[in-house]
Amino acid sequence: MTGSVAPEAVPVLPRGVRLHYDRVRDQWVLLAPERAVALDAIGHAILKEIDGSRAFGSIVRGLAETYGAPEDQVAQDAGGFLRGLMDRRFLETI
Amino acid sequence: MMDGTRPEDLQAEGKRLGIPAPIAMLAELTHRCPLSCPYCSNPLELARKDRELDTETWVRVFREAADLGILQLHLSGGEPASRRDLVELVSAAREAGLYTNLITSGIGLSQRRLQELDAAGLDHVQLSLQGTDAEMADKIGGYKGGFKRKMQVAEWIKEIGFPLTLNAVVHRQNLHQLPRAIEMALEMEARRIEVAIVQFHGWALANRNALMPTKTQAAEASRIVAEARKAHKGRLVLDYVPADYHSDYPKRCMGGWGTTGLNIAPDGEVLPCHAAQTIKTLRFDNVRAKNLSEIWYSGAAFNAYRGEDWMQEPCRSCEFKKKDFGGCRCQAMALAGDPAATDPVCIKSPLDSERQARAEQFSTSEDTELTFRAQPSSA
Repeated sequence: MTGSVAPEAVPVLPRGVRLHYDRVRDQWVLLAPERAVALDAIGHAILKEIDGSRAFGSIVRGLAETYGAPEDQVAQDAGGFLRGLMDRRFLETI
Repeated sequence: MMDGTRPEDLQAEGKRLGIPAPIAMLAELTHRCPLSCPYCSNPLELARKDRELDTETWVRVFREAADLGILQLHLSGGEPASRRDLVELVSAAREAGLYTNLITSGIGLSQRRLQELDAAGLDHVQLSLQGTDAEMADKIGGYKGGFKRKMQVAEWIKEIGFPLTLNAVVHRQNLHQLPRAIEMALEMEARRIEVAIVQFHGWALANRNALMPTKTQAAEASRIVAEARKAHKGRLVLDYVPADYHSDYPKRCMGGWGTTGLNIAPDGEVLPCHAAQTIKTLRFDNVRAKNLSEIWYSGAAFNAYRGEDWMQEPCRSCEFKKKDFGGCRCQAMALAGDPAATDPVCIKSPLDSERQARAEQFSTSEDTELTFRAQPSSA
């Protein structure tokens, strides 16, 4: 599956899916119905940009700037990550 | 030996010993239930109402669970809605920082109570399905009118917007309804459906003749699930618990004994899995007497089958031992009479051919009479 999310799509965490700081394991997790997904630093960096109003393209530009990485590379990586979450119904786009 | 009894000391010691902190906790708030499903996973000896933990104790346990590293709390039973303090318990669980899931038949939930649960912060609802029409569902649940009320509850759940998982328990008598159950999940706008072929523990053990699917049915169910996964990708997630006695290799039960989750029985006994009380050699600690951390890291029942030292052959030298941990301890108890034996649902088990013969016998039996679950005796 090619990891693509349209630049104008606005990703949003649906009800029942939330970021949570796991103080016992000292890491960020994504809590979802009957699942807890441990996030690495990159996963967390992407998800914390999702506020239900920013479009994917804008999130990608911000990340590319922050991490000094090429935009198309970021779009591909972040898109693949988000697409995987969408397939599991942990993420929606509006 | 543990040096300290403070949770953080226990956690450090646990880490040294290679014991991970648990992620999930199943809180069986009560064994009371309006339904009497013949495959109920509750033990045969049901806890009476007057033995149930009170609100205050559950609230303390939720805090201890969060301190221990639990992320996911499943409020179950019996029927958790039979607890009058359910809304209060959900509030307390959310306050403790737990992701809170309600596992319910829907019976006992009014629209108003669901709204109160919404306000209390309930994260997710898992609704059970005994059949896809009133005739089947009410027969299996042993409760006339139950299906109709469940459908009403499903409507309210959708209106409020709770994320929903439909939990379809299937067996020889209703497996033909599986395609309809999947359609119903889509109609209810559920994000997930759990297709669980009955597991033979608890009350289901007495109903193997009436409930065990045939091998053909089991294969058909796997095919239907695989196709539906493809057809509904991104819309409906399908989780699948395949048929118990018809597999070649055992299940990775509980993700490994004492590694991922724990159960708390209505009376406060802390169990490594819901069927653990069938292993009569185990002694269980109670949250009334001890902190949950101490029970998790140093309780005898949890340490009984951790790691590999307890394993026998063929598990001990098996290449899959780190994958399935020798299968289910309670099934080894039920079928081999030895909780440390290789799960007989494994082609490497010396009891494999016997197990297959029994599966054939159960699944083709003409005895379809059901033994329904009893209710806890009153005080």
